[in-house]
Amino acid sequence: MKKQNEKNKYSQLMDIKNVNLSFGGLKALIDVDLQINTGEILAIIGPNGAGKSSMLNVISGIYIPQKGIVKWKGQIRKKIAPHNIARMGIARTFQNIALFRGMSALDNILTGRNILMKRNMFLEMLYLGPSKNQEIEHRKKVEEIIDFLEIQSIRKTPVSRLPYGLQKRVELGRALALEPELLLLDEPMAGMNVEEKEDMCRFVLDVNEQFGTTIVLIEHDMGVVMDISDRVAVLDYGIKIADGTPDEVRSEQKVIDAYLGAG
Amino acid sequence: MIYREAGQFKTTYKSDQAILPIFQDRIAMVLMLLFAFIIIPIFANDYWLGSILIPFLALSLAALGLNVLTGYAGQISLGSAAFMAVGAFAAFNLQVRVPEVPFLIAFLWGGSCSAAVGIIFGLPSLRIKGFYLAVATLAAQFFIEWLFTHFDWFTNYSTSGVITAPPMQLFGFAIDNPLNKYFLVLSIVALCAFGVRNLARSEIGRAFMAVRDMDIAAEAIGINLMKTKLLAFGISSFLCGLAGALWAYVVLGTVEPQAFDIARSFEILFMIVIGGLGSVSGAFLGAGFMILLPILLNNIGSVITGAAISTETIAHIEYMVFGAFIIFFLIVEPNGLARLWQLGKEKLRLWPFPY
Amino acid sequence: MDFWFFIEVFVGGLLSGVMYSLVALGFVLIFKASGIFNFAQGAMVLFAALTFVRLLEMGLPVLLVLAITMGVMVLLAIAIEKVVLRPLVNQDLIILFMATIGLNYFIEGMAQLVWDSNVHVLDLGIDEYVAFEIGDAFINKFDVWAALIAGGLVLILSLFFRYTVIGRALRAVADDHQAALSVGIPLRTIWIYVWTTAGLVALVAGIVWGSKLGVQFAISAVALKAIPVLIIGGFTSVPGAIIGGLIVGCGEKLAEVYLGGFVGGAIENWFPYMLALIVLMIRPEGLFGEKIIERV
Repeated sequence: MKKQNEKNKYSQLMDIKNVNLSFGGLKALIDVDLQINTGEILAIIGPNGAGKSSMLNVISGIYIPQKGIVKWKGQIRKKIAPHNIARMGIARTFQNIALFRGMSALDNILTGRNILMKRNMFLEMLYLGPSKNQEIEHRKKVEEIIDFLEIQSIRKTPVSRLPYGLQKRVELGRALALEPELLLLDEPMAGMNVEEKEDMCRFVLDVNEQFGTTIVLIEHDMGVVMDISDRVAVLDYGIKIADGTPDEVRSEQKVIDAYLGAG
Repeated sequence: MIYREAGQFKTTYKSDQAILPIFQDRIAMVLMLLFAFIIIPIFANDYWLGSILIPFLALSLAALGLNVLTGYAGQISLGSAAFMAVGAFAAFNLQVRVPEVPFLIAFLWGGSCSAAVGIIFGLPSLRIKGFYLAVATLAAQFFIEWLFTHFDWFTNYSTSGVITAPPMQLFGFAIDNPLNKYFLVLSIVALCAFGVRNLARSEIGRAFMAVRDMDIAAEAIGINLMKTKLLAFGISSFLCGLAGALWAYVVLGTVEPQAFDIARSFEILFMIVIGGLGSVSGAFLGAGFMILLPILLNNIGSVITGAAISTETIAHIEYMVFGAFIIFFLIVEPNGLARLWQLGKEKLRLWPFPY
Repeated sequence: MDFWFFIEVFVGGLLSGVMYSLVALGFVLIFKASGIFNFAQGAMVLFAALTFVRLLEMGLPVLLVLAITMGVMVLLAIAIEKVVLRPLVNQDLIILFMATIGLNYFIEGMAQLVWDSNVHVLDLGIDEYVAFEIGDAFINKFDVWAALIAGGLVLILSLFFRYTVIGRALRAVADDHQAALSVGIPLRTIWIYVWTTAGLVALVAGIVWGSKLGVQFAISAVALKAIPVLIIGGFTSVPGAIIGGLIVGCGEKLAEVYLGGFVGGAIENWFPYMLALIVLMIRPEGLFGEKIIERV
């Protein structure tokens, strides 16, 4: 499944300027600028409490910053209902797996196709015609994702019975089912062993290469970050303290200080 | 070894997603339908038809409705009896005021009114969840009960207080004996069960289950919570309304609010808890359980004590047994009889081998 | 509108509201300590009241009867903890809620099976028909006594939760079972304490309501009225149960008297629920409850 992304139409998928986000008296993000270029893999890193998750939520649109502008494909994005975020082309995975525990892996991913399906209650109740064909057609697409993520053997297993690493993969599959332009991964490698991390890295890279999906990820494993990201943004106490290629960022004194807690 | 599915390879997605993919299941379903449509009518007597099977089917439909809302979509409702009442009264009122309307249309009308009311009382689900939502549905239950008891308009200003349900006629064919009624109810219920089963394996069903399992994640993949929840309330109430109309017209022969009180709501909730939340067979298993248990208790009772036990005592023991079974199922198998049945089938797969 | 009549209805409503609070308190206790909404509270009230009144009828002295009934409620609490709560300890709260519905039916059936389902008169020695007179309003003496009893109980319980070690432990348990366990709070013992206390509150409520209405099955239906009280007051608040009770008691009486005429009467059945619904939509945690925050 090769997705033809409108790669060169908008070279900047998102342009976030001067964003300030507070919760009551707590300032989560302070004067943050961030550009997300189409087709890149951007990692957001920083010590705990730096505001990474808040940043991700601002990107997706769940949080509206008190100050600042968020542009999507060149247009200023106003307030958006949570269920419309996926329709815009933004998909995400969650830190603590948010799979539907009463369903199988296949069904979880299939549910991700809902926004691409047409609803017709009567036809669905009779399982006739367009509804039936729709099911089969989307099943095909989902099977492609299943093949891609190499989870064929567990497709019918209820997700609650799957080991952690596979659950994360299924969640990735569900996000991919949306055919997103922007994929937000919240600590996708958390809690994984070395092998699982390697697999997940491979998938993330493949998604980016094969489908052209822009990826923003929050990650703590520096090895992973340095290996797979095109760019890295570093947050500390709500402020962006560095932004550049992994090599540039790695040697910045501010970044080293932030992580070691010096000063 | 009978239930082995080895060797049944599906070569198309179409066959994999069939409603009964396992061949033996299909045979079982055919046999069951044959039994229901042919064997039973030949052998069952009026008592069994009228006092057991027809009420069983009607209540199964109500349980099916509640299962759509609570089992599949995860919205707790303690007001299913009220929606049944709306269906019954709406159907009755339509026929009384527009006598030319055939009763099946009146039933559909009853279901639709119930769906509308269900959607209105489902609005709180957009802001509150779980137990709080159950309370909101209780409000619906009490309010609707009061409405039908206090406003004579609904009973067409009947002075006797007992409203007889209008007689049912299909293409000039009167439906007035247990056998005809049985076929009517069986057909309606079978159709609805088929519809719900199909919904469950389609996009709407998955949306329901997503909202049930984790609504925040459901939103993140684009599911509109409001539309989905209200749709669940609508479909569920439609089925309950239809069941209510059947209950009034076919089982009771009268249209009375007392038949749809809070005890009835709890009864239906018990059915789906015991039968299995989120499954079509669960509705039937639960309804069967609730209907057969009192009969069983009665018979056991008179065997043990020799004499007949007072109906009061039976009622108390019933309460205790129902309560105990609810707790038992919630502890041992929250997915109810349906799951136990599934586990049994899995054992059958391996039989006669132990594992 | 007669002013004194209004006062009479108003105060009458307040007093009956306090009686609702008495039942609601039992709910609050258990919810505060375990997050469970104990649907069986009404059945517990019935069971306690029936046990009490039947033992009294057998001629035993009052204090002995009180002691025996309290003992019975303790045993009930232990049994509930062992049979229902322990096996379901890690389940969703909604499962626990449904288990209490089952428990409600079980206890209701058991209470009437063991004792019987006739109405029993319970005489507390407070004359029901004597009233104070304030201006032109008649205030029922019995209601005042009931209010005092309930008020006293609430005070004791509030202080208990605030200032004692066990009170704090209960609040910890209500917040997070696992966390409480991990700091060494004996979950099971706490639950037994809580359910026992709720049982004792149920006993008091049963005695009060029983003398007013006669001890009969209908008492357990009073619990259904307690639900709007809790919603309005907040599930986790003891003072909330009182205020909620007052609002419901008053609201329902006033609505019945002043609005009921227009719509055929008997509004009291659903009016409190509609009130609760409105509160739920505006302020789901109730007037005094704790805000519920959900995180992903």
